[in-house]
Amino acid sequence: MTTRDLLYRDALNEALHEAMDLDPTVFCIGVGIAERGGSYKVTDGLLAKYGPKRVIDTPIAEASVVGTGVGAAITGMRPVVEILFVDFSLLVMDQLVNQAAKLHLMTGGQGSVPLVLRTQGGVGDGVAAQHSQSLEALFYHIPGLKLVMPSTPYDAKGLLRAAIADDGPVIFIEHKLLYMTQGPVPEEEYVVELGSADTKRTGRDCTLIAWSNMIPRSLEAAELLSAEGLEVEVIDPRTLVPFDHATVLESVRRTEHVVIVQEAVRRGGIASDIASVIQAEAFDYLDAPIEIVAGLDTPVPYSRPLEQACIPQVEDIVAGVKRAVYS
Amino acid sequence: MTTDQLLSLYRTLFTIRLFEQSCIQLYREGLVHGYLHPYLGEEAIATGVCAALGPDDYIVSTHRGHGHCIARGGQIERMVAEIIGKETGYCRGFGGSMHIADMETGNLGANGIVGAGIPIGVGAALGATIREEERVCVVFTSDGAANHGTFGEALNLAAIWNLPLILVVENNQFAVSTPIDKSSRVADLYRRGEGYGVHSVAIDGNDVVEVLHEAQQSRQRCLDGDGPVLIEAKTYRQAGHHVNDPGSYMPADQVAHYKAHDPLLVCRRHLTESGADPSQADAIEAEVHTAMDAAVTFARDSPEPSVEDFLQFVHDAAGGSR
Repeated sequence: MTTRDLLYRDALNEALHEAMDLDPTVFCIGVGIAERGGSYKVTDGLLAKYGPKRVIDTPIAEASVVGTGVGAAITGMRPVVEILFVDFSLLVMDQLVNQAAKLHLMTGGQGSVPLVLRTQGGVGDGVAAQHSQSLEALFYHIPGLKLVMPSTPYDAKGLLRAAIADDGPVIFIEHKLLYMTQGPVPEEEYVVELGSADTKRTGRDCTLIAWSNMIPRSLEAAELLSAEGLEVEVIDPRTLVPFDHATVLESVRRTEHVVIVQEAVRRGGIASDIASVIQAEAFDYLDAPIEIVAGLDTPVPYSRPLEQACIPQVEDIVAGVKRAVYS
Repeated sequence: MTTDQLLSLYRTLFTIRLFEQSCIQLYREGLVHGYLHPYLGEEAIATGVCAALGPDDYIVSTHRGHGHCIARGGQIERMVAEIIGKETGYCRGFGGSMHIADMETGNLGANGIVGAGIPIGVGAALGATIREEERVCVVFTSDGAANHGTFGEALNLAAIWNLPLILVVENNQFAVSTPIDKSSRVADLYRRGEGYGVHSVAIDGNDVVEVLHEAQQSRQRCLDGDGPVLIEAKTYRQAGHHVNDPGSYMPADQVAHYKAHDPLLVCRRHLTESGADPSQADAIEAEVHTAMDAAVTFARDSPEPSVEDFLQFVHDAAGGSR
């Protein structure tokens, strides 16, 4: 397989081009996605190629723009709706939670909502409390929604293709700090199946589960720990719903130690739920309590040193692994 | 309008009326649980609007949606079955009264969230436009929803994209229990459409002929590419908000006024003017009674949905994983 290095944002852009080429029912809609090509250039070039009927700029009316996507989806389209920041998705919760997530069931299977909501989240470059959140737990909690959070260009492209092809609503959360990261992407078309975890690094001593921008950070920590003789296995679930428990549990049974790293605040987070599954399914294999390294339970402050104190850093992850292994 | 056309409209009006009365009866018997919002007094709106539609058109309904489903050609036996939670219901008993959808007739579904259907209708109209299909989408909504953010947002989207959308505001004068003059400084809600550049009209929502004519014109306007239309259909909810709300806050003189202007009476007057004999309408009522009895029997005799089938449905919907 021939690969070339692509930016995360360009890998996403390729996925959109391919999906729109392949299927005339796929269309993109959102604030500033057409003329401007998106704030992070993910939708760049789509307008020129597919025209204003399928690449649509909208007013700032998130709830109704997502509602528009829902209505188009139940009538045979495959909308890819962009919400500029995951923080703004709070404006569209009724359309996501009460409509998109429930229509398939409420209609007894008559209708389905093949909608992708693309958005980006996480702490970035000091953009303060309303533009820095990691809100994935809100969507994780809602039956009927799938949840994808890619960490590499390869995963981003393959998962976006899978998300667009999926017959249910998919929340696809990119990370603002990952757009300019680079990685190998095949020349050929491919799809990464939803619900398949990827082991980003193998190791015998500890299983570390992380996603999105906590993956590069955890890999950096694993490298440092390796120099000290501790081999950490880094697993990226890639999709939080559906979740590939099998890959995680297989690893846990080998390493007997677990660290879960999430950028989101600790309270009510996905890490806690993953931990509950591991303790239920693999309790006898655990050699120590499961360690969770997570964001502080606070809105993200503006000051850079304060902001960085609120989310896991490489040294926090290193310390977390050591607690898990040596406690 | 011919007598036959009027009789056809009367059949739909009476079917909705009898359907709601029968469901209220079933509720009193304890067969219906949950909420049930009767469309009593508003029947002419769904009847007139849906009579103007083509087979490919979409409708988006509301929590007070039985009338829309019936007028669009829904099967009353599957509706009753859904409302009493049976496997043979439109939604296999997964939805209930507030979520009946009938995709085969383009009925994209009732909705338990006031105002939420409006953008969904915009999306249906947008999709049809992208696919270059000749369809319109009717969104039934209400005076209550007119104060919701989605009303303005979605109306604006329909306007800027020039969509084939007909927004039918059923102004029944109450948002749950709050009268219109307490929730809007402007009694004529159609005027809100003008602010978005949407062609907007107000009509007597209790006169099925007037509703039909306006809906036909609106549909043609949409198909001609002239963009969305807002129709404010003025009506009155002849009962409480839901089946267990006696509506004691509704002024007696107001109720009496609108009962004298009941959609069925208005239609019967049109029939008389067209030269029809009252017995023709009576005969229709008898036929509808028979059909309704059969629908109730069908629903009563239908099985409950099985937990196993439901769990399989959930499993399949999740893509086979947790």
